[in-house]
Amino acid sequence: MTASPALDGPDRATTPLAASERIGRNGRRLIYRHPLVIRLTHWINAAVLLVLLMSGLQIFNAHPALYWGSVSTFDTPALAITSEDTSGTNRGVVYLGQHKFDTTGVLGLSKENGAEADRAFPSWATLPSNQDLATGRRWHFLFAWFLVINGAIYLLYGLVSGQLRRRLIPEGDQIRDFGGSIKEHLLLKFPEGEEAKRYNVIQKLTYLGVVLVLLPAMVLAGLAMSPGMDAAWPWLTDLFGGRQSARSVHFIAAGLLVLFVVVHLVLVLVSGVVNNLRGMITGWFSIGKVRPAGEKTR
Amino acid sequence: MILHRRRLLTATAGLAGASLLTGCDRFADSTAGRRTLRVGEDANLYVQRLLMSGQTQAREFPDSMISPWFKPNGSIDPPDSAYKVLAANNFADFKLKVDGLVETPLSLSLADLRALPSRTQTTRHDCVEGWSCIGKWSGVPLSEVLNRAKLKPEARYAVLHCADTLEYASGDGAWLRPSEPGTVREAHAAYVQLAAAGDWGGSPTGAKDGKANDDTASDDAADGRRPIRYYESIDLFDAFNPQTILAYDLNGKALPVSNGAPLRLRVERQLGYKNAKYVMRVEMVSSLAGIGEGKGGYWEDRGYEWYAGI
Repeated sequence: MTASPALDGPDRATTPLAASERIGRNGRRLIYRHPLVIRLTHWINAAVLLVLLMSGLQIFNAHPALYWGSVSTFDTPALAITSEDTSGTNRGVVYLGQHKFDTTGVLGLSKENGAEADRAFPSWATLPSNQDLATGRRWHFLFAWFLVINGAIYLLYGLVSGQLRRRLIPEGDQIRDFGGSIKEHLLLKFPEGEEAKRYNVIQKLTYLGVVLVLLPAMVLAGLAMSPGMDAAWPWLTDLFGGRQSARSVHFIAAGLLVLFVVVHLVLVLVSGVVNNLRGMITGWFSIGKVRPAGEKTR
Repeated sequence: MILHRRRLLTATAGLAGASLLTGCDRFADSTAGRRTLRVGEDANLYVQRLLMSGQTQAREFPDSMISPWFKPNGSIDPPDSAYKVLAANNFADFKLKVDGLVETPLSLSLADLRALPSRTQTTRHDCVEGWSCIGKWSGVPLSEVLNRAKLKPEARYAVLHCADTLEYASGDGAWLRPSEPGTVREAHAAYVQLAAAGDWGGSPTGAKDGKANDDTASDDAADGRRPIRYYESIDLFDAFNPQTILAYDLNGKALPVSNGAPLRLRVERQLGYKNAKYVMRVEMVSSLAGIGEGKGGYWEDRGYEWYAGI
């Protein structure tokens, strides 16, 4: 065995090991990044959101059109996913206002058990996989409770422990170097060492947006569609400009959440998938091959 | 090599996703799975009832917001011969039966119903499918009718029996459920009363010839099969809400057949399928167990929530 590879790396961090840090077997410096509550609520949230998305698409399929305002203007939907007969062949189409897109195979018309089916979202994207609004609603409403309870635990813990403020509010120097963070993302180069101990500014703002704006908007827009809630809390439906607007907001917010998850997963992959997964599973996250001060030799 | 590994990963992920989806479908189809998924409905009913009182009303809209076309859904032209006879005569012979757990069973013509206190409300109809329409409804508050019939203390639910057949039971009568003797007797008594006007309230407990649960007894069946008619139920919390009306007018005109003539329920704090059309009979019961498949409504028997406030 030769000398540990850790000794070959640049000596970027010279601060002493904190209580929540240790040196890994291969000389990497590990920090305890995610507390247990955050890890648990993260994975529960991931599973719950997947069920909610797929059962939500099932519910959308029951009337695959969106409108703005209180009621449905059936002839002029803002968005419609349907199938239509185009010169003898059935095509899947998406109408976005006046614009029409051919989406055969995925949206409007897709294969279900080998046969062509007129359905807005395809079988592989919905829960249940066959057309079944009643069961889709049961999945959706049960898991909506899980989302709310899990989210409440996360927020409460984050606020009381100070994690939310400490981890997600951008610091002054980060805001001033916003352009630097954009460049980092574009070059897919991410910091190691001390700077890797905190989230970058784009990361912080995105997580804040998802946690404090997107997910609460999702829940509120969902509730605003409920006739019972509209009777109990009419202000909620007004907040979204009517029941059909709330339904559209719910759909758009779902799309933004999907976009967030896709970008999140891509960045998890390119910024060190093993390290990121270990961080969210065990809590320990490597900030690189760096040595704390006072540990020069081995 | 990398390409291969990537393809393998994609295939594995796809396979895992597909089997997860199959697993979810299998779970939802199992008895335990169905019961688990129902927990959400119980939570919704409990929380929404906490947030409102019996008197809390749904939002009402200005007439300027009335939808130019009120989308008819479900049955739009009941195939039943007894209904067609009534419709041909413009419902002049229509009688709404009010029976079950009441002191004074009633039989009310449209003229009788129009003579009772009325209520007009412009409300938004929210379909379980996701769309909404605004309509102006006039009718008699259900509470006015029930107060005249005087509920017995055991009465817990109002069951709305409708004229429209949606399907025919399969010949083996497998959907029939055994019911309590008391319910059978009451249902039979109701049928005797109803014999003249048709057999509204296709309750399996109400065989016309008095032989309870005799699945061959039916006057309207195709190929000897029993017709399954629409029905719905609400509890007293909703039955006595001022906005819960038996509507005879839509947008100032007599209710069209496609929207439920001559009478439909409006229960404004719940989804469209609770708002039963072609209402022929209001039966007060203590339990929903003996009716249909026991879940409280046609769609409820097919997996939809009894509480449709969400």
